[in-house]
Amino acid sequence: MWKRDESVKPTSQPQAPAAPVASTPQASAPAPQPDARRMDKDMVHIGKSVIIKGELAGSEDLTIEGHVEGKIELKDHVLTIGPNGKIKAQVFAKSVIVQGEVNGNVTATDKVDIRDGGSVDGDIVSPRVAIAEGAHFRGSVDMQRKGAAPQPQPAKPQPQPAQEKPQPQAAAR
Amino acid sequence: MSLSDLFRRRKEDSDADTGASDAPVFPTKALAKFLASLHVREQPVLIDLGPVVGPNVNFFGEQLGCKIFVEDLSKDIDRHVREGHVADLPAFFKQRFPQPDASVDGILCWDVFDYLDKASAQSLAQQLTRILRPEGAVLAFFNTTEAAPTNKPVYTKHVVVDPATVQHRTYAAARGKQKPLNNRDIQRMFEPLRITEQFLLKTNTREVLFRKPKT
Repeated sequence: MWKRDESVKPTSQPQAPAAPVASTPQASAPAPQPDARRMDKDMVHIGKSVIIKGELAGSEDLTIEGHVEGKIELKDHVLTIGPNGKIKAQVFAKSVIVQGEVNGNVTATDKVDIRDGGSVDGDIVSPRVAIAEGAHFRGSVDMQRKGAAPQPQPAKPQPQPAQEKPQPQAAAR
Repeated sequence: MSLSDLFRRRKEDSDADTGASDAPVFPTKALAKFLASLHVREQPVLIDLGPVVGPNVNFFGEQLGCKIFVEDLSKDIDRHVREGHVADLPAFFKQRFPQPDASVDGILCWDVFDYLDKASAQSLAQQLTRILRPEGAVLAFFNTTEAAPTNKPVYTKHVVVDPATVQHRTYAAARGKQKPLNNRDIQRMFEPLRITEQFLLKTNTREVLFRKPKT
């Protein structure tokens, strides 16, 4: 009654089953992989149906499509809040990409990127912030000046005209 | 509101929007002065009363290394108009800003006063004066001519291109610009702030930079 599926019949050449996709790239078979399978580096994905309450910490890049309440800490890694992600938490990460909803303060040591459709209600502290057209943001943004000079030396008097420039610098743009 | 009304409203909103590519750019003279007044401050605190504009957040952050609060008043005005509570705006503005007295270094009003009646404008100006630090600065644009009546009123997003140029992107508003405020009204509204710079542009816009005197 049940016919054995020939396609799964073991062949004479043994294959490495369930090997990581990216670990042995084969030039002859560049078959496209679904997004979830293409996560070749250290990355964790929290799916839509997952609800987490509490403290979330890790040392891998993380994508959240579910709900998280509490605190998220990924100090040296990228946190991506996917379009379905809903976060009600304090967020600390190296870099934060927001495509879903965040309700809470976001602190990043590198960059906060609120994409089109993304929403942040809270204060952002990061040296770089990108807010796309169509993104929602309510709160404050605290950016440190690029190459911020250390505290001014009070002992050295500066000549007066040097302080007030007729046009602010726009060199970085 | 019926479904067809909703679709019609969304279409009108999208018609009123101008994208980044087709939006016109205009010169500004007061913005550079506003920046210069804040350059001397270490990590100034800024309030932007316009809608959130990503390039502006970057621009002011990079230029001033400041902390920016985005307090989009156009949403508040729209809400009051749609709910028919425009008369409550003066009282609303009295409660709107949780910032303590004399805690803000700079305020970007853009053209928000054009959309307010005199009483609401007066109430808002009082609150801004309250939260501004001594020697802090307020930048505001005022229309000098009566706006033509239109059934598609728009707000303007002021996107800073550089200290001398601002791009105007429009988006749908619940009501249009109100009767222009005259010079004396503007001056009185913001007392005890002093007008330190004032530019009348060819676009019929008066750019005004206010400074709070040292106490």
